[in-house]
Amino acid sequence: MNVRPPPPKRVLGGVFIPTVTLAHGGGGKAMKDLIDDVFISAFAGAAPEVLEDQARFDLTMLATHGDRLAFTTDSFVVDPLFFPGGDIGKLAVYGTVNDLAVGGAKPLYLSCAVVIEEGMQVETLRRIALSMAEAVREAGVSIVTGDTKVVQRGACDKIFITTTGIGVIRPGLELGIDHVKPGDAILVNGLLGDHGAAILCARGDMELETSIESDCAALHGLIEVLLAAAPGTRCIRDATRGGVATVLNEIADASGVSIEIDEALTPLREEVRGFCEILGLDPLYLANEGKIVVVVPPEESAAALAALSGHALGQGSSIIGHAVRGEAGRVTMQTVFGGRRIVDMLVGEQLPRIC
Amino acid sequence: MKYTDEFRDREKAKILIKEINKLAATIEIARTRPINIMEVCGGHTHSIFRYGLEGMLPDAIELVHGPGCPVCVLPMGRVDDCVSIAERPEVIFTTFGDAMRVPGSKKSLQQAKADGADVRMVYSPMDALTLARKNPDREVVFFGLGFETTMPSTALTVLQAEADGIENFSVFCNHITIVPTIKAILDSPDLHLDGFLGPGHVSMVIGTAPYKFIADFYKRPMVVAGFEPLDVLQSIWMVLKQIKDGRAEIENQYARIVPEAGNNAALAAVGKVYELREFFEWRGLGSIDHSGVKVRDDYARFDAERKFAIPGVKIADPKSCQCGEVLKGVIKPWQCKVFGIACTPEMPLGALMVSSEGACAAYYQYGGVKKHTAARPDASVAAVS
Repeated sequence: MNVRPPPPKRVLGGVFIPTVTLAHGGGGKAMKDLIDDVFISAFAGAAPEVLEDQARFDLTMLATHGDRLAFTTDSFVVDPLFFPGGDIGKLAVYGTVNDLAVGGAKPLYLSCAVVIEEGMQVETLRRIALSMAEAVREAGVSIVTGDTKVVQRGACDKIFITTTGIGVIRPGLELGIDHVKPGDAILVNGLLGDHGAAILCARGDMELETSIESDCAALHGLIEVLLAAAPGTRCIRDATRGGVATVLNEIADASGVSIEIDEALTPLREEVRGFCEILGLDPLYLANEGKIVVVVPPEESAAALAALSGHALGQGSSIIGHAVRGEAGRVTMQTVFGGRRIVDMLVGEQLPRIC
Repeated sequence: MKYTDEFRDREKAKILIKEINKLAATIEIARTRPINIMEVCGGHTHSIFRYGLEGMLPDAIELVHGPGCPVCVLPMGRVDDCVSIAERPEVIFTTFGDAMRVPGSKKSLQQAKADGADVRMVYSPMDALTLARKNPDREVVFFGLGFETTMPSTALTVLQAEADGIENFSVFCNHITIVPTIKAILDSPDLHLDGFLGPGHVSMVIGTAPYKFIADFYKRPMVVAGFEPLDVLQSIWMVLKQIKDGRAEIENQYARIVPEAGNNAALAAVGKVYELREFFEWRGLGSIDHSGVKVRDDYARFDAERKFAIPGVKIADPKSCQCGEVLKGVIKPWQCKVFGIACTPEMPLGALMVSSEGACAAYYQYGGVKKHTAARPDASVAAVS
C-alpha cells in the first residue's frame, strides 16, 4: 500500500541580509521569504494559513453586519516614515479604517500593497509591518490580502503603501455630504492641525523644537458612539489633507448651503497656533489623521457633543459653527477679532510666507 | 499666546471701530467719495484679510492694497533668470516657500523642480549657507528676495560666507527698496490716495526718517503700523486724525518694534554688501529708478548674476493685466478684466494673484465679506459683461 504522508506544516521563510534588493521583488524564493518573514509573521493570526491569490468572504457572514458593502482605497506616502505620534504603517491602517467609518460602515477587512525602494533596511520594513499589525489589532480588522513590489533606487521614496478596505453599513443608516440643512450644527472631535504640524516639524527643515504629535487614530469606535447618541447625523468626514477648511467647502458645495464657523470655537493647541504664526500657515488647512467634521441636526447637537466629548478620542470636541441659508457653497468665519472672512478651498499646497 | 492675543482683543476692536466711525463722519472728503488709505506692505494686506478688517470699517474708508509684496512684484524676466540658474546641473537653488509659484514666461520654480531642477525650500539664507557647507561639490544659490526687511539677513549671510571662506555660495539678488516705490506711486497722475499705513518691518530696519518727503512734499499723512489687527485699526485711526486735523506727518504706531533711527547694525551690513541699481523692473509698475539693489563689486564672487550667465531678457507684463491700476488704487481687484477668469491663483497672469499677500489673491482666497459677491469669479464675469 502506498500511503502518502500528510503535507508538512507550512514553515515561514526568513530574510538574513540587512537590506531589500531587487531580488526580493523577483517572484522567487527571496520574495516569498521577505513576505513570510516581514509581513506574514507580523500579521500572524490576522492572515490566513494557506495563501491564495485572493481573499474569500462568506456573504452570509458579511450580511449579518448590514445590508450594504462599503469599499475604499488609499495610498500612503509620507516623509519621514516615522514621526512623533505615528508612522506610515499606522497611517495606512487608520486612514482606510477611517474612510470606511465616516460612511457609517463597520470596517472589516483590509488589503495591503507595498512598493519598496531597493536598499531599504529590512529592519525598517519590519518596524512598519509590526506597527501595521498593532494598528490592525487595535482597530479590530484583518489584513486578508496583499502584494509586494521592489523597484529600483529612485523609482519610489523608500516605501509606498496602498490599503483597500471593506466594511458593511447597517440598514437605515444614510450619511451624505449632500444631506446638510440650514440650522445644522457642525462639530469637530478635538484639537486641529496636529498631524500636519507634527509632520512639518519632523522633517527638521525648520529646526523648530515642539512637542506636537500626530493625532493619527482609528475613529470607528468614536463614530459608533456618536451615531448611537445622534442617530440623525447628516454626515461625517475625516479632515485629512486640506484640513477642516476643505471638508467644510465640500459639504457646503454638495448640500447647497452656507457654512459659518467661529474662529474662537475652533480648538487649537497652543503649540500649533504658535507654529502657524511663525510660518504664516493657516491651521484650518493643516492635515489631521484623527479628526472628523460631523454635521448633526440642531436638536441633536448637545447629545452629539456630549457623546464625542465622553470618548477618549473626542477630548476638546467643539461645535465650531452652523450651516445657514445663504450663498450655496460659501464658508465664512467670524474671526477672533470680530471681523468676518471667507474660508475658501486651498489652491495648491500651503507655502510658508516670506516675511 | 502671550504678546499676540492682547493685540487681537475683540472688545478693544469694538471701541476703536466706534472711534473710527465717529472720526470718519467728520471728515470733509468722505462726503463726496471714500477716504483712500493705502497699506504699503503685504503683511498688512494679509492681516486685513485674515481678520476680516475691511468688513468692520465704515463704507467711508477704502483700503488700497499697495505694492509691498516682494514675491508679487518680481517681473517675469527675473523669474526666467532664476529658472535658468536653477536648471544648471551643478546648482542647488534655495528659496523662500512662496516664491516657488511665481510664474516666469515659461515656467515657475515649482515647475522647474518637477522637471528635474534641484530647488529646495529654506526658511532663512543661513540654511542655504549650511547647505553649501555640506555640499562642497555643488553651487548653492539663494534667491534673495524682499524689501529692507529681508535684505540684512542675506547681506549678513554673504559676510558670513566670506568670513568662513565658503566659495560655493551665492545670492541671486532681487532685493528692492520701498521708498522709491512709494514715490513712484505718489507721482502717478491718477493718484487717489489720502494717506498711508507705513511698512512696519521695513521701518524696523530703515527707521522713519526716509518717509519724511511723503509728508513734506506730497502732503500725505503716514503712520508706520504694526501687523496685529489692533495695530492696523489704531493706525487707520491715526491717519484719519491727521486728515481731520489737516496735518501731514510721519507717525510711528509700531514704536514697540520700530526705532525712529532704524537699526544701524543692519543698515551697515546692507551698505557693505549692496549698492543701488540705477533702475529695477517691477511687475505691474514698470521700471522704477533706484528701486533695487545689487551686490557690490567687492563681493562679486557671491553674486549669482555674475557667477552664472543669465538670459536677462525683459518680458513685458501680459497686456490684459491691470495690476498697475490695482496697485495705485485706481481700480479694485475684481474690476480687472481678467480677475478670476484668465487670472486665478492656480494660473496667475498678474503679479497680484501670485502670493497670498497680493491684493488679488487675497480677494480671491479670503474675499472681503462686505464685497464678497463682487469678488467671486462668476460675479466678476457679470461685472465686465
